[in-house]
Amino acid sequence: MLKDQKILKVSAIKRGTVIDHIPAKNLFKVIAILGLNNIDNPITFGTNLESGKLGLKAIIKISDKFFVDEEINRIAMAAPEAKLNIIKDYKVVEKKIVEVPEFIEGIVKCFNPKCITNHEEVKQRFTVVAKKEVSLKCSYCEKITDQEHMVYI
Amino acid sequence: MLNKSLISINDYSKEECIRVLDLAEEFEKEPVQNLLSGRVVATLFFEPSTRTRLSFESAVSRLGGQIIGFTDSSSSSVQKGESLKDTVCTVANYSDLIVMRHPIEGSARYASEVSKVPVVNAGDGANQHPTQTLLDLYSIRKTQGKLDDLNIFMVGDLKYGRTVHSLLMAMSQFNVNFFFISPDELKMPNEYKLHLDNMGIEYHEQRDFSDIVPEADIIYMTRVQKERFSDPIEYEKTKNAYVLRNDMLENSRKNLKILHPLPRVTEISSDVDSNEKAYYFTQALNGVYTRQAIISLILGLK
Ligand SMILES: [Zn+2]
Repeated sequence: MLKDQKILKVSAIKRGTVIDHIPAKNLFKVIAILGLNNIDNPITFGTNLESGKLGLKAIIKISDKFFVDEEINRIAMAAPEAKLNIIKDYKVVEKKIVEVPEFIEGIVKCFNPKCITNHEEVKQRFTVVAKKEVSLKCSYCEKITDQEHMVYI
Repeated sequence: MLNKSLISINDYSKEECIRVLDLAEEFEKEPVQNLLSGRVVATLFFEPSTRTRLSFESAVSRLGGQIIGFTDSSSSSVQKGESLKDTVCTVANYSDLIVMRHPIEGSARYASEVSKVPVVNAGDGANQHPTQTLLDLYSIRKTQGKLDDLNIFMVGDLKYGRTVHSLLMAMSQFNVNFFFISPDELKMPNEYKLHLDNMGIEYHEQRDFSDIVPEADIIYMTRVQKERFSDPIEYEKTKNAYVLRNDMLENSRKNLKILHPLPRVTEISSDVDSNEKAYYFTQALNGVYTRQAIISLILGLK
C-alpha cells in the first residue's frame, strides 16, 4: 500500500494536469464533473491514499489536458481543497487552487423534488452557505442541498 | 419596497417590516382609502386557499382596486399545460401587481423574475408565506406594544410548520426568548436553532408546556398532523400534550395572547375561544390591514 502510494506520487506525466487533494469519496464525482469519462486523453488516478488533512484522498493525472478556471471551479462542490499542478516538460509550471464561489448557477440540481427548478425549465441558482463541506442554498425553494444529496448536471 | 416583489420574509429588513406594521396601523384606523382606484391586482391561486385569497381580495377592495384572477388551476389554461412562466407573463400584461399562491416551492421567486410587475407570494408550497408572517408580527406588536423582551411559545409541529419558521426568522431580529414545545419527531430543525445561536438569541426546548404557561407572553399554536408521524401509536400517545385548554390559562400573564395561523382543528379547545386571551380571529382580521399596507408600499401609494 505504502509502496504503491509512493510510486503514484512520483510517477510523473510529461505534460498535463495533476489534481491532488480530492476527498477519496468524491473521486468519481470529480471525474464526472470534469467529463473525464468522455475524453480520450491518458488518465491515471489513485484513491484511498493517506492524507493527514483529508483522511483518505485521491489524485488524478490527465495528460495533455489543461482546464480553464471556470471548469476547475466546478469541482469546488466536491473537492473544495483540491490543488492543481500544471505540468510542462515534467515540471510544475503553475499551481492552482480551487476557489469555492459565493454563488453558483447550474452545475448542481436542487435536491428538493418539490422545487420549481425540478418542474420547469429554470436554471438552478444557489448561494454557497458552507465552504468546507460545501452546501448550497437554493435561491428558489430556499432549501439546503448538502454534499450527500448533490447531483451534478 | 417600491416595485419590489415580496417573496420571502427574508427579503424585508427589520426597518421595512416595521414600516409595514406602522402603515397597517394607519389602515386599521381608517380601512377604506381609495388609493388603488383604476389599478388592477391579479390573484393567481394555483391551489385553493379561500382564507388567504379572501383576505387579499378584501384588502384590494377596501383600497378601491379591481381584482382579476382564478381560484384554482383546474379552471385555467394551466390545466391545458401552460407553463408558469407563460401564465405569469400574460397576466402581468393585465395587472399592476400579482398575488400568487402555488404548490411548488420557489415558484413565487421564479414568477417575480419573469414578471414585469411586482409579485407578492401568498404561499409557495412548504416554503414561504411572508404576508402571514407580517400579520403575525403586527398582531404581536399590537397586543404587546413592542416586539422586544417577550417570551414567545411555539407549540406543535415545529418541524414542518412554515409559519413558525418564518416567524422565528422575523422575530430573531428582535430581542426575544423562544420556547419550542413539540414532540421529539417534530422538533425545530437545527438550521433554525443555529441561526438563533448566531444571533445570540435564547431558546428552550420542551416536550410539554402545561407547567410553564404562566411564563408566556405569546403562545403560537400549530396543528400536529397525524400523517407527520412514522408511528401512529406515537401520535395517539402525544397528541393531547399539544392541545391548549382553557384551564391551562388560569395563572397566565394578563398580557398573554394566543395566536394560530388557522384553520384550527383540535389543538385549541373551543372553551378557549371566549377567553379574552384568545386572539386568533382578530389575528386573521389584522391580515387585511397588513396586506393593505404591503400592497400600498409596493405600488408606491403611501
Ligand atoms: Zn430548490
